[in-house]
Amino acid sequence: MYKIRSKKVLGPGLKLMVVEAPEIAAKAQPGQFIILRENEYAERIPLTIADFDRQEGTITIIFQEVGRSTRDLGLLEAGDSILDFVGPLGKKSEIEDFGKVICVGGGVGVAPVYPITRALYEAGNHVVSIIGARNRELLILEEEMRKVSHQLVVMTDDGSYGEKGFVTDALRKILSQDTYARVIAIGPLVMMKAVSQVTKEFGVKTIVSLNPIMVDGTGMCGACRVEVGGETRFACVDGPEFDGHQVDWDLAQQRARMFLAQEKIADEARGGGCRCQK
Amino acid sequence: MSEVDGKRKVNKQPNKQPMPSQDPKVRIKNFSEVALGYTEEDAVIEAERCLNCKKAPCRQGCPVEIDIPAFIARIRERDFAGAIAKIKEKNNLPAICGRVCPQESQCEKYCLVGKKNEPVAIGRLERFVADYEMAHGGETVQKPASPTGKKVAIVGSGPAGLTAAADLCMMGHDVTVFEALHTPGGVLVYGIPEFRLPKEIVRREITNIEKMGVKIRTNMVIGKVLTVDELLQSGYHAVFIGTGAGLPYFMNIPGENYNGVYSANEFLTRSNLMKAYRFPEYITPIVVGKRVAVIGAGNVAMDAARTALRLGAEESYIVYRRSEKEMPARKEEIKHAHEEGVKFHLLTSPIEILADEEGKVRGMTCLRYELGEPDESGRRSPIPIEGSEFFMEVDTVVMAIGQGPNPLVPETTPDLEINRRGNIVADPETGKTSKPGVFAGGDIVTGAATVILAMGAGKKAARAINDYLATL
Repeated sequence: MYKIRSKKVLGPGLKLMVVEAPEIAAKAQPGQFIILRENEYAERIPLTIADFDRQEGTITIIFQEVGRSTRDLGLLEAGDSILDFVGPLGKKSEIEDFGKVICVGGGVGVAPVYPITRALYEAGNHVVSIIGARNRELLILEEEMRKVSHQLVVMTDDGSYGEKGFVTDALRKILSQDTYARVIAIGPLVMMKAVSQVTKEFGVKTIVSLNPIMVDGTGMCGACRVEVGGETRFACVDGPEFDGHQVDWDLAQQRARMFLAQEKIADEARGGGCRCQK
Repeated sequence: MSEVDGKRKVNKQPNKQPMPSQDPKVRIKNFSEVALGYTEEDAVIEAERCLNCKKAPCRQGCPVEIDIPAFIARIRERDFAGAIAKIKEKNNLPAICGRVCPQESQCEKYCLVGKKNEPVAIGRLERFVADYEMAHGGETVQKPASPTGKKVAIVGSGPAGLTAAADLCMMGHDVTVFEALHTPGGVLVYGIPEFRLPKEIVRREITNIEKMGVKIRTNMVIGKVLTVDELLQSGYHAVFIGTGAGLPYFMNIPGENYNGVYSANEFLTRSNLMKAYRFPEYITPIVVGKRVAVIGAGNVAMDAARTALRLGAEESYIVYRRSEKEMPARKEEIKHAHEEGVKFHLLTSPIEILADEEGKVRGMTCLRYELGEPDESGRRSPIPIEGSEFFMEVDTVVMAIGQGPNPLVPETTPDLEINRRGNIVADPETGKTSKPGVFAGGDIVTGAATVILAMGAGKKAARAINDYLATL
C-alpha cells in the first residue's frame, strides 16, 4: 500500500497527489512514469511523474479525471492508500546543455513537462516555456514553470488568461524570432502532433512523450505499440519519449480509441461518471 | 480389473482412469476449471495400475526428481497425507505441476506400463493428493534448516523463482523474491488461464511458500527501481534471475498495429491477471469480436483460442503454418481445444492484416503452405504455395508465435553475458552466469519452455547457490 500524503485540487477534475514511495523517489528521473492500480478491481494506469522528492520519499502525480479509473482515483483523500504503485518506468529524458530550448506543456501535460524543464534549466539551457489550457481554471503549475524558465508564455484557448490561442501559435512566433536547439512537447496527442508539424517546418528536433494504453509497463504485453520512423516500438520500455517528427500520429490516435466503448460501459457501471462538468 | 498379484493388488486396466471433466458445451460458457480432478476412488484405482518397479524409470523424466513410485504407493494405501508429504520433499508447487506439467513427455513417457498400454496417470495423481491436502485444510508447512545468515534475492516470482526461493529457504537462507507485477506467480497468474489453473490454487501454493519464510515484494521492477548490482551491494550474498520470457514477438507483417491485434501476452494478461473476463466488475477491458484468429499452435495459442470462446467469440481459429503433427502444444490442450469447437486452419499463415476505415481489424490475407524438408528444429519447414492468397474474415487477431527474454535485467547488468537472442548465458547444471554471485534459470536462459523445466532450473540453481554461499 502506498499512502497519499497530500492532495490538492488544481482545477475542475484536475488533481495532484503526493504519494509515499521512497524507493521509486530515490530513482525517479525526469521523463519517467509510474503505473498505479487503485484497488483490487482497478485497471493499471500509467501516469508520468510530475515531481519527486528524494528526501521526503515521495512521488507527485497530477491527473485529469477523464474516465472511470481517474475518477475513482480522484475520490481518494490524503491519508488513503493506493494498492499498487510501481516505477520508475520508461527511459529518462535526455538532459544536457543543448543551448536554447523550448518546453511546451498542454493541459495536464504541463505536469510531466515540469521536471524536464527544471532539469534542462539546471543543466544550463536557456529555457523558453509555453504552457496552455482550454481556460484559466484548467491551467496548472504556472508559478512552478515560471521559476525554471527564462521566459514563460501562457496560452488559453478561450483567452480567459494569458494570450488567446493554442500553444502552437506562440511556438510559431517564438521559432520565427530565434533559433532553438530542441523542443520538448507534452500534452494531448493532437497538440503534440501540431507542435511536431510546426517544428518540422523550422527544422527543430522535437521530443514528445507518449502515453498510450498500457497493461504491465515492463515490455511484456505490447499494448503500448507505437510506430516511430516506420518501426514498431513499445512506449513503456523504448519510450515514453520519441522524436515527434518520426511518430505515426494517426496510428497513435487510432490506438487510443481502441477501448472507447468499454470505457463508457465501465464509467456507467460506476454510476454515470462525473456530473459536475455536464 | 484389479486382481491380487502376490500381496499387492494390480489393476491391469489398459487405460488411465478417466479424468472427470466439465462438458465442452457447458465449459465454453464459464472460466471454471475444465478438469475436475480424481475422486479418492479414482485415485486409488489408478494408483493400483503402478507396477512399483524397482528401477522406477519415471523418476528420470521428472525435472524436480520426485520419488514417484513412493508417493503412488501411499495413495494405494489411502495414505493421502503421506503421499503429498513425499511429493513436497522435492516439489513445493504440486497442485500447479499436477495441472500444467507436460507429463506425457516427462515422467509418464518413461513409465513401464506405458510400453504396452497408457502410462500411469502420474500427473493426475499428483494433482489429486495436492488438492486433497488443500481440501482437508492440512497443508503442512515445511520447517527450514536453521538460519545461515545468508541473504538471497530472487528476481521474478514465476515457477523458476518460486522453486529456487522455496529450496533456498529450506536450506536456511534468508530469501526475498522481487516481482514486477502486483501479484506473484509470473506466467502462472498472467499467462495460464483460470480454466486450466485456478488462481486460487496458485495463491495457496505461494502462501505456503511464504509461510515457510520466503518474503515476496510485489511492484518491484528490478532493472528500474533497483539493479542487480544494487541488490548485491545492499547485502544480498547472491541473486537468482528468473525473469522469464516476457517479450512478445510479432510477425512484422503489415497491419499488425491495427485495433484488434493483441500479443498473446496482452490478451491473456488482460483476461487472467486483470480479470477482464469479469468486466465491468473488474474494470480492465478486453475486446473480442465474433471471429478470433490466434496465430501459432503452442500451449499459449491454445490458451488464447479457448479464452476467446469463453469471452464470447462465435468462432475461434488456430492459424498455423505447419500441420497438426508439428503443433508444439500438448496433445491434451489440442484435444480440449477441438472439443470446445476451436477450428484449426493448418498450413496457413497471414501475410497482411486488413482494417476498416476506423483502423479496426476486418480480416487477414493468408497464404497456404506445404511442408518441405526438416529444418534445424527437426520439423518440416513450411513452404508457401504460390498464388494461394485468400481472405479470412476475422475481427480479432492474437499473435501467439512465441516470446523472447525480457531485456530489463540484462540491459541494466553490464557484466552479465547474454547470447544473440538476448537470453542470459548460464550453466544448465548450476545456473551460474558470467557474473559472480549471480545465477539464472528458466525461460530467461532457455527461451520460452515449460513451467516444470523452469522449476527444474530453479532447483538446480538453488543447490549451486547453496554451495556458493558456503564458500563465502
